[in-house]
Amino acid sequence: MAVTVKPPAARTPVRRVGFSSRLARWDVKVSPYLYISPFFILFAIVGLFPLIYTGWVSLHNWNLIGGNLGFSGTENFTFVLSQPYFWNAVGNTFSIFLISAVPQIILAIGIAAVLDANLRAKTFWRMGVLVPYVVAPVAVGLIFGNVFADQSGAINGLLTSIGLDPVPWHSNTLASHVAIATMVDFRWTGYNALIFLAAMQAVPRDMYEAAILDGASRWRQFISVTVPMLRPTIIFVVITATIGGLQIFDEPRVFDAYGLGGADRQWQTLTMYIWELGWGQRNLGRASAVAWLLFVIIVLIAALNFLITRRIASQGGRK
Amino acid sequence: MSTKPTSAGRARRGPALAASVAAAALLLTACGGGDEGASEGGDGQVTLSISTFNEWGYEELLEEYQEANPNIKIVHDKKATSNNARDNLNTKLAAGSGLSDIEGIEVDWLPELKQYPDQFADLASPEVEGRWLDWKVEDATTEDGKLIGYGTDVGPEAICYRSDLFAEAGLPTDREEVAALLEGDWDHYFEIGEQFTAKSDAAWYDSAMSAYQGMINQVENAYEENDGTVIATENPEVKDIYNQVLENSVDKDLSAHLQLWSDDYEAGFQSGAFATTFCPGWMLGSIEGNAAGVEGWDIANVFPGGGGNWGGSYLTVPTQGKNQEEAIKLAQWLTAPEQQIKAFASKGNFPSQVEAYEMEELTGSTNEFFNDAPVGQIFADRAEAVSVTPFKGQNYFAINDSMQQALDRVDVLKSDDPDSSWQKFVTGVEALQ
Repeated sequence: MAVTVKPPAARTPVRRVGFSSRLARWDVKVSPYLYISPFFILFAIVGLFPLIYTGWVSLHNWNLIGGNLGFSGTENFTFVLSQPYFWNAVGNTFSIFLISAVPQIILAIGIAAVLDANLRAKTFWRMGVLVPYVVAPVAVGLIFGNVFADQSGAINGLLTSIGLDPVPWHSNTLASHVAIATMVDFRWTGYNALIFLAAMQAVPRDMYEAAILDGASRWRQFISVTVPMLRPTIIFVVITATIGGLQIFDEPRVFDAYGLGGADRQWQTLTMYIWELGWGQRNLGRASAVAWLLFVIIVLIAALNFLITRRIASQGGRK
Repeated sequence: MSTKPTSAGRARRGPALAASVAAAALLLTACGGGDEGASEGGDGQVTLSISTFNEWGYEELLEEYQEANPNIKIVHDKKATSNNARDNLNTKLAAGSGLSDIEGIEVDWLPELKQYPDQFADLASPEVEGRWLDWKVEDATTEDGKLIGYGTDVGPEAICYRSDLFAEAGLPTDREEVAALLEGDWDHYFEIGEQFTAKSDAAWYDSAMSAYQGMINQVENAYEENDGTVIATENPEVKDIYNQVLENSVDKDLSAHLQLWSDDYEAGFQSGAFATTFCPGWMLGSIEGNAAGVEGWDIANVFPGGGGNWGGSYLTVPTQGKNQEEAIKLAQWLTAPEQQIKAFASKGNFPSQVEAYEMEELTGSTNEFFNDAPVGQIFADRAEAVSVTPFKGQNYFAINDSMQQALDRVDVLKSDDPDSSWQKFVTGVEALQ
C-alpha cells in the first residue's frame, strides 16, 4: 500500500497492471449491487414509477381516455377532501377492515393450533383450509350474495323461520360491513392459518416438553408458549392484513349487482371510490388524488403498527 | 435459536409443506388471463379479432364467414359481462393498444366514446346507407357526421306479464286484450295496477327503477342539454317523474320493492312477487332463466306512453387495429339484416335493421316460453313505436346511477323519504362537476 502513495511516478505502471486490478476492485464493489439489482429494478418499474406517476397525474386535470388536460395544482386534493363521499369511504374502509381483521387473526391462530395437533390425514386438513383462498372472489360474491340476500337469503330465511326479524344486509351500514367481513374472512383466514401453522412448527418442541414436565395444560401451553413464540409472525400478519384490508375492493364490489357500494354508499370503500372516480366518471386526476391519500393513510397506519408492535416486542423481550 | 427445530422429522416437514402449499396458491391466483392481439400471417392470411360480451349469437356466423373467406381467421374474445367489456375497452383505449380489431359496445357507452372520434374508424359508407332505424344511426354519429358504430340489436320495450296472476285478479289474460287494456299513458298503467293490487297479493311491477327507466327514456333532454349543460336537478320533468314513480311505487305500493338484478329480484320471478315488467328483447332470455319452471309468462304488444327503447349494441372498429379494412368488411357483413336475423334466432337479440322487420324469419318467429307469443312481430311493432331519442351526454350514466340510488333508497331500502333522497341525488350530481 505504502508504495503506491507517490501518484505522479506511479501513474504509468498503475495503468499497465491497473486494468485487471481495477476490474477486480469494481467486481468486489459493484457486483453485490448487481446481484441484488433485479429486485430494485423491478421495484422501480412496478412500484416506484407508478407511485410517482400517480402523484404527477393527481396534480393535473386528467381524463381516462383524453389524457392530460392541464396542470391544476392541488385542486384535485382539495376537491376530494371536501367530499363527504371520501370521508364516508375512509370510515367504511376502516370499519370493514377492523370487523374482518380482528376475528380473522384470532380464528387463524386457533385453526393453526388445531392443525398443529396430532391429526389423522394432516395434509388433507392443511390443504383444505386453503381451498377458500383459491376460490375466485367473484364466485365468493355469488355464494354470499345468496346467503345475504335481504328477502330470499339463507340467513334471513333462517331468522324469520324462528320468528326473528330479518337483518337488512343491504341497507344497514353495520350489517353490510359484517356481511362483507364474513366474505373476507372466508377467503383469508385459511391463508393466514397456514402462515401461523408454519411458525408454530418452528417452535422448539423441548419448550413444550418442559412445559408438560411443569404440569402445564394444553391451554396453558398455547397461551404461555405458542402465542409468545408467534409474536413476530403475528406482527407480520397484522401488517400484511392492514395493507390488504385498506385496499379491499373485490368483496364489497360484488356485494350488490351494481358494485357502487350501496344506494347510500353504505359499503363504498376507498378503492371503490377511486374506481368510481377514475372509471365511472373518467376523472383520473381525482382518482389519483384519492390513491395518493390512501397511500399516505397506509404509510401512517404501518408506522403506527410498527411503533406499537415494537413496544410489544420489547416488552416481550424483558420477560 | 428459536428457528431451529429440535425433533427433526415432523417439525421440519411441516413448515416446508405449508410454505409450498402457500406458494402454489400464490402461483395459481397470480395466473390471470392473457389477451391475444391480431396479427398478420405470412401468405396473405389475416387474423381478425372480435370482442363481444354476454350472448351476441355470433358463434355460427363467424364460422360461416371463415368458410366463405379462407384467408381470414377470426379470434373471438367473449367477455362475461358488459361491465367487464367496458372496463377492458376503457383501459385499452387509454393505453393506446391491445384492443380487438372489432369491439362490440353497448349503446350506453356511446356518449363517452363519441368524445374521442379519432379512436374509431369512420364506418359510414354508401353500402350500408339506410340499413338501420334512423335513431339507431343517429346515436352512433358524431357531431361532424362520422359513424363510429354499426348497429347490431335494439331494445324496444314491451310489457311482459303473468297471465295466471292476471286471471286471479279478474283481468283479461289474452295478450291482445291485455294490450288493449294497457293502451294509454303511464297514469293509465298505474291505475290498472291499483285495480290489480286490490285483488292480488302480488305487486304490479318489479321495481320503481324499471318504471322510471321506461319513463325517462321517453324524455328527450332529461339530464343534459344538447350542449352538455347538466340540468338534471332543475328539470321539472325529472322531478315530476321521480315523484310520480315513488308515489305509485311506495305510497300506493304497486312496486315489489326489488333492486334490479339483485338476488332478491331474481328470486322474485320464482315467487311470483309481481305481475308485469317492462321487457326489451334482450331481457326475454334473462326472464326465462330466472322464471324457469314458472308458467304463465306472456308478452303484450303495448308500452305506456308510446314506445321506448332500452339498450342495444354496436360494432366498432378501433383505429389502433392493424387490419381495419378487413375488420370493416366483417363488421358490415355481421350487421347485415340476414346475419342479424340469425343472431336473433340464436339468442334473441332483436335486429336494428329495417329490412329485417319485413323478413319472414323474423315476423314469423315465436317464443315458446312466453306462451308462443309472436315475438318477432311484437318487437318489430315496438321498435317502430319508438319516437323519442333521448339525448345522453357524457354525464348521463353517472347521473342515472345517482338517480337509481335515490329511487332504491326510498323504494327498496325504505331508509329515506322522497324529499331527503332527492336532496342526496342533488348532492351526488353536484359532485360530478
